[in-house]
Amino acid sequence: MVPGEKRYGGDVAIAGAAPGPGAVQAGAVELLNLPDLGIGILLPELALLVNTRALAYAATHGRVLLPTQPPFVALRFTDRTALAGELLTPGAPDRQLYVLLALFAAAAFDTAAHLHTAAAVRQRHPGLAWIGFPVPDADGLWRFPDYSYGRRLASEHPLTTPGGHPA
Amino acid sequence: MSATERTDVLVIGSGFGGAIPAYHLAAGGAEVVILERGPHLTAPDFTHDLRLGSYTRIVDLVQGDGITVVAGNCVGGSSVVYFAASLRAPGFVFDRRGSLGHRLWPSTLTRAALDPWYDRVEEALPVAEQSWDQVPYPGGLFAAACARAGRTCNPVPVAVDLARCTNCNWMLNGCHFDAKRSMLLNYLPAATAHGAEIRPLHEAQTIAPATTPGYRYRVSYTQLDAGDYRLPVGVGAIEAKTVVLAAGALATPVLLQRSAPLLGGVPQAVGRYFSGNGDRVSIADVDEGKVRDLLGLERAPGIPYQGFPIGKPIGSMSYDRLDPATAEFTRFSLQQIYFPGITDLLAQATDTPATSWFGVRKKEMRARWPSWLSVLAMTEDDNEGVFGPPPPTGSSTRVATSLCLSTLSYRPTANTLRGWAAADAEARAVLERDGLARVRPWSENPAGSVSAHPLASCRMGDDPATSALDERGELRGHPGLFVTDGSAVPTSLCVNPSLTIAALAERACPGIVESTAEAGVRVRYGAPAPR
Ligand SMILES: Cc1cc2nc3c(=O)[nH]c(=O)nc-3n(C[C@H](O)[C@H](O)[C@H](O)COP(=O)(O)OP(=O)(O)OC[C@H]3O[C@@H](n4cnc5c(N)ncnc54)[C@H](O)[C@@H]3O)c2cc1C
Repeated sequence: MVPGEKRYGGDVAIAGAAPGPGAVQAGAVELLNLPDLGIGILLPELALLVNTRALAYAATHGRVLLPTQPPFVALRFTDRTALAGELLTPGAPDRQLYVLLALFAAAAFDTAAHLHTAAAVRQRHPGLAWIGFPVPDADGLWRFPDYSYGRRLASEHPLTTPGGHPA
Repeated sequence: MSATERTDVLVIGSGFGGAIPAYHLAAGGAEVVILERGPHLTAPDFTHDLRLGSYTRIVDLVQGDGITVVAGNCVGGSSVVYFAASLRAPGFVFDRRGSLGHRLWPSTLTRAALDPWYDRVEEALPVAEQSWDQVPYPGGLFAAACARAGRTCNPVPVAVDLARCTNCNWMLNGCHFDAKRSMLLNYLPAATAHGAEIRPLHEAQTIAPATTPGYRYRVSYTQLDAGDYRLPVGVGAIEAKTVVLAAGALATPVLLQRSAPLLGGVPQAVGRYFSGNGDRVSIADVDEGKVRDLLGLERAPGIPYQGFPIGKPIGSMSYDRLDPATAEFTRFSLQQIYFPGITDLLAQATDTPATSWFGVRKKEMRARWPSWLSVLAMTEDDNEGVFGPPPPTGSSTRVATSLCLSTLSYRPTANTLRGWAAADAEARAVLERDGLARVRPWSENPAGSVSAHPLASCRMGDDPATSALDERGELRGHPGLFVTDGSAVPTSLCVNPSLTIAALAERACPGIVESTAEAGVRVRYGAPAPR
């Protein structure tokens, strides 16, 4: 979902398709295992499901998979992307499950959903740092005293009614 | 706790639709109990935190087939998590005919007829007009882009104490500074001051005829575990002379569907005609250099914009396309808005729908996140949402913290799609002019269309075949059972709906008081705005 660089030479789970850390480094697996979420126990089953679909994809697209690796991992990055697109397309079987997985992977990157945000920003969580999430005040709250260009930048609609409403 | 209790008035739900009648009935002298499914949190509990277990305690993501809806789950309802844009619906909305070809709103309802009720709500919240120097950077940028494209643009009226607001952009989490004027700061405390009792973590399940003489309805409920809302920890029932159903447009029709056999049937419009208010969100990936060169903006030396996360989420909007002379299904407002990171997933980075919202290009786009600008179009949809048979309890099936599956299905008709296409074209005409930004609507692949404005699933009207409520908000055939939440609003509004929901709830109060008095309760209407 959010591709990243390999964590170490010979990292096969991460395809290494993009510079910088991706969802895994941002904590996607930790998030999926969070007790609050209550789905950690299902992950092996879900992995099995994804691998079955990867096998089917390989078969129908004439891809030969390295037998020493789990099928999804053995797919090239472009094939992983195409398969993910298929799994997540409206009407696809079990789509709701894959959407949840995609949502949590993205939430790990975009929101550090397994960490308290103020702490995550301070420790330079990879996803929050990547998007440039602002730093909070010392008390862990955000405030923006400078927030406005401070001038009229358009004319209001001529039929605006008192209070600023449309007519 | 299985003995049946009794009260004059039972209110189900504590958002705009529940809090307002609760106040007027309690202030008028009736005994009022409010059942609320969610927990009771206040400002100190509202943290700036995106960790699961923080905002997820009070915000639900409800997934249907073809649509996902965001809604509040706490005392105060969606008013606690909403973005406080407080707008009156344009006059033409009340004359909408939809694809049915007849007026959908009760003939007694026009903008002029509703204006006095809007006045009351604006006084009670109260609503403030932002001046231009209170409009945050994203709203300023949108306004400047509108002006350059020959459009007008207005600051948005908001239910915010502007002097207290820190422009932190955490409204979805509830306001830590008590600057946002949710129901927690006005109608609800005023109702409890008059003796109304709020019961959090109480989920109503069915409405049936009462067995005690003089009482009209018996409402059964489940108490929910504060740590895991999936777990019931108790049950009970309350009889009331009047029931005000205000569980929100996602829950009210479901409760009535489940109760239909007990009530001897409900109108067939219950659970039909749902509208997502025509919501359509797009992300503009803004070119900082063009902000400087085309718009002449600079917020700090060398920084033209980079203001996406700064401010109140809603700053400015354009009313240009709210022209009553144009055809239905082509009118809309276009509003600058900020959504927290949980929705970043939906932004599209390419034009290949199946993979546009994830992958390498999307990650590149995320690196420009401070330069994003998002806009919400509120269009005229076709009331095409329909609920399937109700789940065993509640209004949807909770699968994880804050994630619920609903039987609601939404298949946009050609009319709705026409509105969305018109809104997309306008967003591009304003924001892509001379390469200022690249605009793409949120992907519909992961979640269908997305709405924070559920409406119309138990709507009022004059035609019994296509409306569940009469023009007073009473469920047809069921005296003393009123619906006052977003589900009563007949159509999408072309603006954010809270002020209209609230004004309709205010308008319904004299009738609810009268009906309650007829049932033998000593209650009078006429309380002033809460303070
Ligand atoms: C993130 C977000 C931003 C928004 N921003 C804006 C904005 O800027 N401007 C605007 O006008 N509108 C906005 N809205 C929409 C607005 O908040 C809603 O339209 C409005 O609050 C709906 O009021 P309501 O009374 O119909 O329902 P709600 O406020 O949703 O209240 C329903 C209540 O009933 C409770 N409930 C449900 N089922 C049961 C049950 N079985 N038993 C007991 N209780 C139950 C729910 O927990 C909830 O508290 C926003 C909404 C969201 C989610």
